[in-house]
Amino acid sequence: MIRASEVSVGDELPPLSLRITRADLVRYAGASGDFNPIHWNERFAREVGLPGVIAHGMLTMGMAVRIVTEWVGDPGAVVQYGVRFGRPVPVPDDDKGALVEVTAKVTKLLDDGTVKVNVTASFEGKSVLGGASAIVRLGA
Amino acid sequence: MPLDQSFVGRSYPPSPPYEVGREKIREFADAVGATSPLHRDPEAARAAGYRDVIAPPTFAIIVSLKANDVLVEDPDLGLDYTRVVHGDQAFAHHRPIVAGDRLTCVLHVDGITSRMGNDMLALRAEVSTEDGEAVTTGTCTLVVRGEGA
Repeated sequence: MIRASEVSVGDELPPLSLRITRADLVRYAGASGDFNPIHWNERFAREVGLPGVIAHGMLTMGMAVRIVTEWVGDPGAVVQYGVRFGRPVPVPDDDKGALVEVTAKVTKLLDDGTVKVNVTASFEGKSVLGGASAIVRLGA
Repeated sequence: MPLDQSFVGRSYPPSPPYEVGREKIREFADAVGATSPLHRDPEAARAAGYRDVIAPPTFAIIVSLKANDVLVEDPDLGLDYTRVVHGDQAFAHHRPIVAGDRLTCVLHVDGITSRMGNDMLALRAEVSTEDGEAVTTGTCTLVVRGEGA
């Protein structure tokens, strides 16, 4: 596990590329219990005005936090994590899916030994998670 | 029709207990691509100081999503869930969720505001064990798109 003394404000975490396919959406629907048809039914998604099937915002959120958990080594070290859902991520009906690029940077060292990490996630160069950040407990 | 402001400050009775299983944690971890052995291997989790395998940081959505049902099913609120969009979501973990936890959720309506014809519903899900140990606080904004929006 990373120690607080090894971390400075401005440190960039190793970036993460997420490829989200229709199969991922089906798997996440089952795992989370979110069966909203906009995440698996093209016909329904278009009827409600979407460009097609879109990823669950919670799936993007849940995948993006791996940039933090894989860096710190212990997923239980994430004490806070929050995002705003920006533009949707359309997931095409092919094997390549949608590519979401995730970056993260340490922005604050807090007195209790935790650090604040700001996270960005973008699809086709545009942000899909706004104001995303995590507070992470590091080793002493 | 705008949502009734008098719902602000309301909370709902605790949801029925949700028992967190090892295989559910593994399934959720697979679904978000989280590969840590702490989601899968009880020995590895114990070596890291946990009672059993731990859940990924957004696992609590399973419990809070179920708790939202009480809102959808409350005829007095009149929430049209087909018009609801998830605006934001945050979790504050008092401790990680661990396999074997029996979790209940109390849903609070913290705010209702109106902006450009949309209603913004601020919700807080207090997730605790059956014995009352605080585990996770989930907060979210649900945006209810207006008829014209």
